[in-house]
Amino acid sequence: MRKETWKELTIGTINLDAGNSVKNLTGTWRSGKKPQFIEEHCIQCFFCWLYCPHFAILVEDGEVKGINYDYCTGCGMCSVECPTKEKAIVMVEEEAELAEGSGK
Amino acid sequence: MSALKTLNGNQSIAEAVRQIDPDVLAAYPITPSTAIVETIAKFKADGMITGEFVCPESEHSAMSVCIGAASAGGRVMTATASQGLALMWEMLYIAAGLRLPIVAAIVNRSMSAPINIHGDHSDTMGARDSGWIQIYSENCQEAYDNFIQAFRIAEHLDVRTPVLVGLDGFIISHSMEVIQVEDDDEVKKFVGEYMPLYPLLDTSNKMTVGPIDFTDYYFEHKRSQLEGIENSPPVIEAVGKEFGQKFGREYGFFEEYRMDDAELCIVVMSSAAGTCKDAIDELRSEGKKVGLLKPRVFRPFPHKKIAEALKEMKAVAVLDRCSSPGAFGAPLFTEIRSGLYDYAERPRIVNYVYGLGGRDIKVEHFKEVASKLEKIAETGTVEEIYSYINLRE
Ligand code: SF4
Ligand code: SF4
Repeated sequence: MRKETWKELTIGTINLDAGNSVKNLTGTWRSGKKPQFIEEHCIQCFFCWLYCPHFAILVEDGEVKGINYDYCTGCGMCSVECPTKEKAIVMVEEEAELAEGSGK
Repeated sequence: MSALKTLNGNQSIAEAVRQIDPDVLAAYPITPSTAIVETIAKFKADGMITGEFVCPESEHSAMSVCIGAASAGGRVMTATASQGLALMWEMLYIAAGLRLPIVAAIVNRSMSAPINIHGDHSDTMGARDSGWIQIYSENCQEAYDNFIQAFRIAEHLDVRTPVLVGLDGFIISHSMEVIQVEDDDEVKKFVGEYMPLYPLLDTSNKMTVGPIDFTDYYFEHKRSQLEGIENSPPVIEAVGKEFGQKFGREYGFFEEYRMDDAELCIVVMSSAAGTCKDAIDELRSEGKKVGLLKPRVFRPFPHKKIAEALKEMKAVAVLDRCSSPGAFGAPLFTEIRSGLYDYAERPRIVNYVYGLGGRDIKVEHFKEVASKLEKIAETGTVEEIYSYINLRE
């Protein structure tokens, strides 16, 4: 991506392209582990959604549906905070999932 | 109606604030600037100003309120001194980096330790690289006039950079003077309507203010920040001229006093320049060709203009009301000496530190400086490049 020269920047560090961090795919530097969503254990408490620092919890029609691996950094917070007896999010090795081709 | 009023420096600033009536005033009281805040609070309580008056818990918070309010799109001011300015430190850089045209009245006071409440320039000189425009005042009238002009300079679209107006603690802030207070409407007209560039309160335009920059953008943003202060000289000049046309008191980057045929020159800022003028008058009546150059704008520093004014002098003494530990000389001196470097023919130049913590500087001291300048001009040598005035050795 071409970066602007100083003359092209908006005055005072202002970024008029607000929300442009969606272009920054934080999932590209994931830690090596990734969360796996197990729907049948989920009680839809939304703790994972609340704690995820990268808004990587997929929500559809008001329900947690999985993980958006474009943004997930593999920090594991969702899994730690998931309150169910049998975790609805577990951390798994990256390669295993990659082999199955479900996400990044 | 324009009228003569008897006011001290703090009241003169407060009077300008009342007339301009900024949208937000946020300040924490500190000697010797307390009376500015106190008078503004009274104006607010009496319904004489409409702006929001915010009393935060510290100067750091006061400048933070200013930054928030200015980002929101308001015309904003504050006042402080010494340790108060020091507590604002990190926010000063943020105000400048975000190019917010905040105006601050700084009642110049020494820095602790030892604790002292009297006037010197250590506070604002310490902030000289924070990115703020700095304008210094000799007396109450100049403090009032400079404060009004500060809004026009800060808010000019080519500039959009915060401005601080310095006035010496106690010597100006607490001394009564008869000043010309201009008509309320005329002052309002001179300052004009403020048009914020990217106000956060404009919710139809989404934006981010002050995002993080790493190695990829920080340098470019810093360079773009410099444009504001670099664009400011013609604006400062034009505003000073327009002020003169409108109110009869014109301002430039510095004032020259009896410099026409001068061979020796004393450079000194702020209130001490008033005393120096009396000394120059006495020296002139004794037939000595001594003049005064009183810088008004310290940031941006008018290197070229000052060098042009001084280049033909035989000897120049630069007086700083501030020390710069470990440096080649005090701030005003190093700026001026550096500005003269490119001239093949240049005056001998010497630096005196005076008046720390409010120590008096009198006519006799300036006359001593003049006689030292005479000797330097005669011999062509500067024996001591850096020394002190009125210090027990
Ligand atoms: S691992 Fe971290 S980044 Fe990924 S979904 Fe869970 S909380 Fe979000
Ligand atoms: S924290 Fe666990 S149970 Fe709660 S919504 Fe997320 S995955 Fe489901």
